[in-house]
Amino acid sequence: MADIQDTIREQVENNDIILYMKGTPQFPQCGFSMRAAQALSGCGREFAYVNVLDDQDVREGIKQFGNWPTIPQLYINGELVGGCDIIMEMYESGELQKAVDGAGQEA
Amino acid sequence: MIRQRLQTALAPTHLEVHDDSHKHRGHEGAKAGGGHYRVVIVSDRFAGLNRIQRHRMVYDAIGEAMRADVVHALSIQALTPDEPR
Repeated sequence: MADIQDTIREQVENNDIILYMKGTPQFPQCGFSMRAAQALSGCGREFAYVNVLDDQDVREGIKQFGNWPTIPQLYINGELVGGCDIIMEMYESGELQKAVDGAGQEA
Repeated sequence: MIRQRLQTALAPTHLEVHDDSHKHRGHEGAKAGGGHYRVVIVSDRFAGLNRIQRHRMVYDAIGEAMRADVVHALSIQALTPDEPR
């Protein structure tokens, strides 16, 4: 499955804000994914998400793609923003709001 | 083991490793047996690096244990000595 990396790259490039998580924002399956989704929802913009529990290839592939060993992972404008800790820190400091507001603005 | 690896790899001036596994007993992710840990680490080596880079250094230091699911979840606070905890 070499093309799982291509699939992920396409998802990340085609969505200004995309969260890889366990479960869905409505029904998160992990506390870390839940907190990340809630913080992101709190920024008031729609975002794409991928439930990695639906696809074992994505679940493993995203770790390689992001060079990041854990889930959730948030990408904005094609860049890895971070996992749960970083998302929460940025949410509390207001940086996440700024990053979300800037999504889709870059060329 | 986590403490030792971080100590060796990052020469921290302050290091806390908390095992929070008991708070997560029974939940789905904990079934594989991996622990939930929380790390507060202060090191000069983080100077000039952004959050992603700092967290990657911590993940790299812990290495195999992270991938082998010995560590299921790791919460990280990575600071330099002049940043407030």
